[in-house]
Amino acid sequence: MTQEKIEQLLRRGAPDLQDAGGEAVAAARRVSERAAEEGFADISYAPVDSPFGTLHAASTKRGLVRVAFPEESIESVLERLARRLSPRIVEAPASLDPVKRELDEYFAGRRRAFDLALDWSLIGPFGRRVLRMTAAIPYGGHLSYAEIAAEAGSPRGARAAGNALGANPIPIVIPCHRVLRSGGALGGYGGGLDRKRYLLELEGALTPQLR
Amino acid sequence: MAPRSETISRSRGRPRSIIVSDQPSALAATKPTQPPRSGPRTTVAGDGPPPFQRFLDTHREDVWRFLVASVGRENADDCFQETFVSALRAYPRLRADSNLRAWVLTIAHRKALDVHRRHTRGALPVAEIAAVVDRAGGPTESEIRRRRPSNRSASETKERDETLWDAVHELPPRQRSAILLRYVADLPHRDIATTIGCSEEAARRSLHEGLTKLRKAIA
Repeated sequence: MTQEKIEQLLRRGAPDLQDAGGEAVAAARRVSERAAEEGFADISYAPVDSPFGTLHAASTKRGLVRVAFPEESIESVLERLARRLSPRIVEAPASLDPVKRELDEYFAGRRRAFDLALDWSLIGPFGRRVLRMTAAIPYGGHLSYAEIAAEAGSPRGARAAGNALGANPIPIVIPCHRVLRSGGALGGYGGGLDRKRYLLELEGALTPQLR
Repeated sequence: MAPRSETISRSRGRPRSIIVSDQPSALAATKPTQPPRSGPRTTVAGDGPPPFQRFLDTHREDVWRFLVASVGRENADDCFQETFVSALRAYPRLRADSNLRAWVLTIAHRKALDVHRRHTRGALPVAEIAAVVDRAGGPTESEIRRRRPSNRSASETKERDETLWDAVHELPPRQRSAILLRYVADLPHRDIATTIGCSEEAARRSLHEGLTKLRKAIA
């Protein structure tokens, strides 16, 4: 037999290899799930269905660290997590199950507060003060940017608070949609104003004045 | 926690830092004048490696094909798991210019060697390895033959395939890996040298000797 023929046979791979692509996907999935379960991975992420489309949620060993809206590219979200925290990132849906469950319940109107551990490490010191205040606003309630700024002890005022809220890495769960403009206007929202309106309506906080 | 199977060695340049042998800088150390260069798919951009999941998705099929060819289906999954768990442990210490494809295949090659060593422990003649693998896994060679369909040309093709792959499994480890890295994982010669830890010239020689043996076996 010619060398070319032998090379050709070798390139086809082992005879007991039927569906290399599918088998590799399954084996890789077991690696990811095991890495998350046994703690070899530092960050796990998974897609989460929502009325807004597919969100992505990422958790560290400390807790939920990131929620990304559908239009954010998951690739660049993961790149930034790799750079800021750790490149040991795996897709492991099972480890995000509690996050998925609570978001499902929230969107179904059956949950008024999240009972999830949060990892604040993507948030700077000022942002932490602002977002901790924000996290304390109850379901259905709202505060103004100026009130948040004052409570966060900000000498920089409402605009700085607005920037910190716009940079919220864990939207929906840290309810930055509950911060409105002083006059009662919606203000801004990182995920788009339609979503802010949707969430406030879901929580029964949308007064005729806000519509 | 899985047992830590890597050998720990000390880096010559930095005596205080312990490096794992699966680390890419250990790779580079085998041939300091020619550090592994990166192919287009495997470049590490910027400060560090890409998210591990992306690395896994990019290289899973190459590693799977290599391992099934090298250690057989029944051992492939264990080796695959060990390969990527080892890679994950060493992952944050990767250098910015590492060739990830050659790196992960190096780890896979070593895991495959571990399997072959386990099978040959007890001074088993090399020719019996295929039979041992058969016993550990599915039906034996003769059972397969008995079950063969009556279609003559198909069975002849299958027989030729089996003869070839039996011959691959009987090659000395370095030649076998060189053959599989070249034709199954499609690595360039330079990366084969890096992966099995020899010069490019020696890698070409292993490849040539391996092919010659296969041609004789199948003639």
